[in-house]
Amino acid sequence: MSTTNYIGKPTSRVDGPAKVTGAATYAAEFQVPNLAYGWVVSSAIAKGRITKVHSEEVLAIPGVLEVFSHENVPSLAWFDRNYKDDVAPGGSPFRPLHEDKIQFNQQPIALVVAETLELARYASSVLRIDYEEEKHETDIEAKRDEGFEPGNGKSGWMPPPPPRGNPDKAWEEAEHRLEHEYVHGAQHHNPMEMFGATVEWRGDKKLTVYDKTQGVVNVQNYLTKIFGLSKDDCRVINHYMGGGFGSGLRPQYSVFLAVLASLELKRSVRVTLTRQQMFSFGHRPHTLQYVKLGTNPDGTLAALQHHALHETSQFEEYTENVVNWSGMLYQCENVKLGYQLAKLDVFTPQDMRAPGAATGSFALEVAMDEMAAAAGIDPIDFRIRNYAEEDQNAGKPFSSKRLRDCYHQGAAKFGWDQRNPQPRSMRKGNRLVGYGMAGGVWDATQKKAAAKATLTADGQLLVSSATADIGTGTYTIMTQIAAETLGLPLEAVTFKLGDTDMPEAPVQGGSWTAASVGSAVKSVCEAIGEKLLKLAQKMEGSPLKGASPDEVEFVNGQIRLRQDPDNAVVIRDVLQASGETKLETDSSATPNMLKQGTHSMHSHNAVFVEVEVDEEFGTVHVTRVLNAVAAGRILNPKTARSQVLGSIVWGISMALMEETIMDHQFGRYMNHNYSEYHIPVQADIHDIEVLFVEEEDDVVNPLGVKGVGEIGLLGVAAAITNAVYHATGKRVRDLPIYLDKLL
Amino acid sequence: MIQQSSTSAAAAGGVAAPPPTGTVRLTINGQQHTLQIAPWTTLLDALREYVHLTGTKKGCDHGQCGACTVLVNGKRINSCLSLAVMHEDHDITTIEGLGSQENLHPLQQAFIDHDAFQCGYCTPGQICSAQGLLNEGRAHTEEEIKEHMSGNLCRCGAYAGILNAVKEVVDSQLRMKN
Repeated sequence: MSTTNYIGKPTSRVDGPAKVTGAATYAAEFQVPNLAYGWVVSSAIAKGRITKVHSEEVLAIPGVLEVFSHENVPSLAWFDRNYKDDVAPGGSPFRPLHEDKIQFNQQPIALVVAETLELARYASSVLRIDYEEEKHETDIEAKRDEGFEPGNGKSGWMPPPPPRGNPDKAWEEAEHRLEHEYVHGAQHHNPMEMFGATVEWRGDKKLTVYDKTQGVVNVQNYLTKIFGLSKDDCRVINHYMGGGFGSGLRPQYSVFLAVLASLELKRSVRVTLTRQQMFSFGHRPHTLQYVKLGTNPDGTLAALQHHALHETSQFEEYTENVVNWSGMLYQCENVKLGYQLAKLDVFTPQDMRAPGAATGSFALEVAMDEMAAAAGIDPIDFRIRNYAEEDQNAGKPFSSKRLRDCYHQGAAKFGWDQRNPQPRSMRKGNRLVGYGMAGGVWDATQKKAAAKATLTADGQLLVSSATADIGTGTYTIMTQIAAETLGLPLEAVTFKLGDTDMPEAPVQGGSWTAASVGSAVKSVCEAIGEKLLKLAQKMEGSPLKGASPDEVEFVNGQIRLRQDPDNAVVIRDVLQASGETKLETDSSATPNMLKQGTHSMHSHNAVFVEVEVDEEFGTVHVTRVLNAVAAGRILNPKTARSQVLGSIVWGISMALMEETIMDHQFGRYMNHNYSEYHIPVQADIHDIEVLFVEEEDDVVNPLGVKGVGEIGLLGVAAAITNAVYHATGKRVRDLPIYLDKLL
Repeated sequence: MIQQSSTSAAAAGGVAAPPPTGTVRLTINGQQHTLQIAPWTTLLDALREYVHLTGTKKGCDHGQCGACTVLVNGKRINSCLSLAVMHEDHDITTIEGLGSQENLHPLQQAFIDHDAFQCGYCTPGQICSAQGLLNEGRAHTEEEIKEHMSGNLCRCGAYAGILNAVKEVVDSQLRMKN
């Protein structure tokens, strides 16, 4: 009987008490001495140049310390490569306050620094700036015919695979055919915490930077390259992040400006953005998609074509995998995928939760629903008839794929058999009822990561890694992994993260943290275990003498023989007997390419939705959602479930509410606040549930985990769209489904 | 009240001078604080930047998200939409005043038990709002709780957990009354 087996057990967040009491400290909340406040001034035009910054007027206000703009910024690093962060796309990164040129609306063009927050805000509000405007273009519709294939995307982006079979001829000859356009507008991440940084000046160009980021190492690399600082003099810390969703993958201009001001003024500086300014950087790009499907008489796919065009900035080529998934989710011999960008006068888009896949799965999965209806086949049956047993894009088998079980178990639990296939056939009073389903696929990725562990004589284990917990549960799952690996009680283990003084870890994104950092934590704890075993074997009369690491296990605070559990040594006694005060070691985990290279590694899901649509008002209520997810081993069903529940809320938002609307006359987002950028509130969410399908996978990584941060979002918006069709008979192909589209 | 004016002079260039600072006394979580602030300082900024009680969060500064919810004389308000100087005679309770890590308030414990948060940034506001809801005594059913907790946004989408956590405490209070 083991009491220290924590992996797979629902475990409350170890950082919960800090978060519910307000003790968790976020980037803009650190108290440092002699703090000045910076306030960002944003451009009022979309394109042109600044002819004059009237700094002198606000510098006359007592307490205003400096106005930084292109007019007085010191000379910084010259080459583009110094401004390229670890996850930057191709092109020339934006350099804040670098020149008089305005490239997008709300571009940061000045930073006003003052003794108090209120003074900085006031001074920035009265700072006059003269512009020379130029004609801008912010409408992708005007660039439909100017799409181009990106040259070099960001790391992790794959150009679509070349066509296979004869997709045009096969489509022409298909029994049932469809071709439609699917559209969604720009969306902004809008984490609850606004971007901000507190830079502590420790004298002599030594800084401690508390920044809102999904990757402290990325921010440190970025800052040291631009400002010519050594890593020792630029420590970056993020213990808690008030939501990321991708917005914190790249360093934001807030940290650049805070560091700039701190170095120039030789004092500590805090810069926090406003909610309006949270719409001034990366976003999910406005995307136009075109899907053509053809089926054979037996309901198998004869042809599949999927093309996407989305916006990027004038200066960078942002890329995401929108269409590639369509070549691997279903079996089809005739496939053509296309992907293009169009340059607009906006900021560069940025990865936003399940980037590309959330977009692509909407178009593909609505098209699949349309085809199922056209062919007279149940949508689940249609997907099973076209089930991909291998990844045809890569020509490789899946390391594991339990999508079929997602369909079956999900349908059974949801009650899919209660669905009358006829649209507009089910109702409750004056509400039309619809059932819809969809699904998706996401990468299971492992990146290189490192961790450090220290076991002290009192039996306490400290493990650390420069990773992040953006609300995903990193603190908790790493504590579970460490405790189980060394057989220690959860309370004896502390996991720390988010500090560049710790061993390096990748940015938290791509659903790879559990796999990457989890493997490093497991590895470093195993290394401590081996040291412990050696010390234990030196103990007088040790029952473990001659045992190899494989022959012992670490359970219940003991090291014991697997074959003979009564022969055991208490871990705390080992250190005390050895006279050592502590055991300490570093370790890193790298993907096993020998194993992984021969497989396609992905998580899958199937989403089932019930909607009720008011027949007269067209209001859509998502009354039930069941999200069936196959994502390998689930380390903590409690926190993993929360991630998928959150994804369901995101999917409801994407389907019904969320859209950043551009006023093309001004090239400016109109609804750049929480009041007009709609996301769900408590009253919008009804019965939502998660079903984890058991899935074993010994290829993906030593823990068998695939990550759950993104997979849950896939298919949700499509399933809602399909349910709305089933309820009303109206097919909506542009999100969000505002009520006027149903009237 | 503003009792003394600072020495700030009118600025040049047609820019109006900022208002003078003065002494403002606030009672927060039962403790007296004397602040030297201008009348334009919001209760939220006073809490975060002057008293260093950063448990109260800034999510929009416009009364749109509820992250800054605190209790003033037991009533929940958006502290970003209220000036500190207006609260000299009031009892202000922030998340730090509801409970501590060693001695959690029932709502705080319920939020942990039901995993009613992810990033934790909206959480203090959600909990203060829930305490305000309990004080109002008008929400008994799930539908009522959902309606009256809809002023607090959660971008992580932890609404299911929040509902269950608040419901648990509402139910236990109702049981104690009966």
